[in-house]
Amino acid sequence: MTDLNQFREETKQWLDENCPPTMRKDAKGIKPKHIDEVWGGRNAKYKNPETKIWLDKLGEKGWTMPTVPSEYGGGGLSKEETKILQEEMMAIGTNSPLLSFGIWMLAPVLLEYGNEEQKREHLPRIIKGEIRWCQGYSEPGSGSDLASLATKAEDMGDHYLVNGQKVWTSYADKADWIFALVRTGPKEPKHDGISFLLIDMKTAGVSTKPITLISGKSPFCETFFDDVKVPKENLIGDLNRGWTIAKALLQHERKFISSFGLAGAGNGSGSSKKDLIGLAKSHYGETDGKIANDFFRAEVANHKIKEHAFGLTLQRAGDEGGKASAVASMFKYYGTEHNKERHELMIAASGKAGVAWDGNEFDESEKNLTKSWLRTKGNSIEGGTSEVQLNVISKRVLGLPS
Amino acid sequence: MKLILNEEELYLKETAKNFAENSTPVNHFRSLRDNDDPQLWSEDIWKEMVALGWSSILIPEEYGGSDFGLTGICAILQECGKTLAPSPLFATGVLGAYALTHFGNDAQKSEYLPKIASGDITTAVAVDESNHHNPSLTETSAVQDGENFILNGKKTLVVDGASADIIIVLARTSGNPGENTGLTMFLVDKKDLEIKKLSMADSRNYANIYLDNVTVSKNNILGDIEAGGDSMDSLLDVGRIAMAAEMLGSTEAAFETTLNYLKERKQFGVEIGSFQALQHRAAQMFCEIELTKSAVMGATKGADENSNDLQRLASLSKSIAGDTFHLVSNESVQMHGGIGVTDEYDIGFYLKRARVCEQIFGSSNFHKERYANLSGF
Repeated sequence: MTDLNQFREETKQWLDENCPPTMRKDAKGIKPKHIDEVWGGRNAKYKNPETKIWLDKLGEKGWTMPTVPSEYGGGGLSKEETKILQEEMMAIGTNSPLLSFGIWMLAPVLLEYGNEEQKREHLPRIIKGEIRWCQGYSEPGSGSDLASLATKAEDMGDHYLVNGQKVWTSYADKADWIFALVRTGPKEPKHDGISFLLIDMKTAGVSTKPITLISGKSPFCETFFDDVKVPKENLIGDLNRGWTIAKALLQHERKFISSFGLAGAGNGSGSSKKDLIGLAKSHYGETDGKIANDFFRAEVANHKIKEHAFGLTLQRAGDEGGKASAVASMFKYYGTEHNKERHELMIAASGKAGVAWDGNEFDESEKNLTKSWLRTKGNSIEGGTSEVQLNVISKRVLGLPS
Repeated sequence: MKLILNEEELYLKETAKNFAENSTPVNHFRSLRDNDDPQLWSEDIWKEMVALGWSSILIPEEYGGSDFGLTGICAILQECGKTLAPSPLFATGVLGAYALTHFGNDAQKSEYLPKIASGDITTAVAVDESNHHNPSLTETSAVQDGENFILNGKKTLVVDGASADIIIVLARTSGNPGENTGLTMFLVDKKDLEIKKLSMADSRNYANIYLDNVTVSKNNILGDIEAGGDSMDSLLDVGRIAMAAEMLGSTEAAFETTLNYLKERKQFGVEIGSFQALQHRAAQMFCEIELTKSAVMGATKGADENSNDLQRLASLSKSIAGDTFHLVSNESVQMHGGIGVTDEYDIGFYLKRARVCEQIFGSSNFHKERYANLSGF
């Protein structure tokens, strides 16, 4: 216990000495308007130079991934210490500025399936935000049926030769490396011929093309591989055993996407921090503090009650410890459907302004809400459609027959 | 607040599970119904529950109780709900025990709590007066006459009203219907009341109660005079949470029975559970049940840890439990096909139980409206 107290004191002191002024609450206790969220990488740009200072400081300590062992660049902290770190960061109103597919998806599977060299090579760069990763899973012919993927990696002796196309690769045009599923066993049954490969986007033959979504623009790209030579040491796990890793990574991705269901948990991907009740009251008006349209008020009540219960369910899964992965599909399904509903309610509450697109007659938040609403339509498609999640629940959780 | 059961609560739940499966399977309820049992719960079963300590879980140790808290007794009710086990546990073990512990004066506590703990008396709470739950609309009047009050009015759908020895009656000592002030709770002996047993769809023990110039001593006021609106509200919240827990158990059982049926029933040469049209609906029910579990757990733990958000948690759990039981009971009957609508098969019991439970202490709509009011929108 005393060790933990000492850790708390040291953490407090370190944060006080190292967290730059614009990255934390000011003297009046007002939180920074926004800590720039940055994706790191070779070409990272920082609006606020203190964001970079803060990221570098956190990266040195390994505190962007506090529980990862220090030999891989992580914080090497216990669960208890991590909780203390989070509490002390919250106390001064700061957080890590780093957004990272490396942290959310790749690092957990590297820790589980990577060999010693791969962990030492890649984890420190993820944790410091030096390398920005993207995900190469879906293909034009392989969406929900992901295991039918056709991008092939041929064994050429000292390297693999990769040819094919990926789609829905978020930020591929800005990423440094891609983790990709490739077919290495064309004659094997479809699940048994897939491998998990890391590819440097700088390699000759890799090219990207952005995709425009219904929301106007998007982070998504198509990624093309044209005779791309990939060193053999970039294979994660065993040859033709990539599907297991792919599924493990999807669980991490689903857990991350499901957090969109909670209001205020916004972090890109169509989430919006705007308050549904505030919008409803300002556009419909209020009677005795109640939304002045009874039908809409009832819809909001239904929605808020589900949101409350969903939040308690995330909390319960955490308290139960470890069982969460078995129901990751439930969180993904429910969280994304709920987020879509929230945006439908927000644009409905806003009336005509809820479908504003451009120009000076509407303010930025109105125009952004329209785009956010459109963006949420992808939430229940990306990372496995809602229908795929329901299949997973019925087969793996409920044990219904195929 | 941790949303998991502690060791004591897990033990209670496990004991209750064994008891429900062995002593009160659904057939126990069926035989009470088929034999037109006058009180629709068994004295022998209640004695066994009392012996297990269930009647005294909410009672302080000094009055012969174990003071294990609402989470403990709700874990038991959830298991009892699975087999539709009828007993006075809800109206006596939860409502009576809570009301007297929290609002009784020393004399009332000494008089009633040991008798509740020992199973010597059962209780009921008479609050509703019309077809919809709305305590502030109480019209039943209580007019002071020296040392006594004279009560007049009618109470509807009193749970265990047809058998309870002591009935807690909410009456208006001042003000007008629509006001939550001016209300007072009275402890009334059943011999002073005209009790009309009801026959409801779920074949459980309910009564309408008529008060015709009933004289009640002022010593039988429960809690402070004129403070009965707020006291009743907190008593009702505990009841709503407990009812939600029992409904959750019934929902889980109906769902499990249905899943088993989907895995064994064959049509077109295959198990019907292999059809995606049924799989997706089952998976959606699974999600709703998981949310309901969390809401009930949040509410019971909130009650035990004196959450200042308890009213909202009570409305959250009762409305979600109502909606989920409604959905799952409907889908269960549909997925069973023809046998689902036969009396011989148990699944119909759950449908009938669901609709009556939804009415007890506020429907989902009542609680959604209340949740919205409490949330400030």
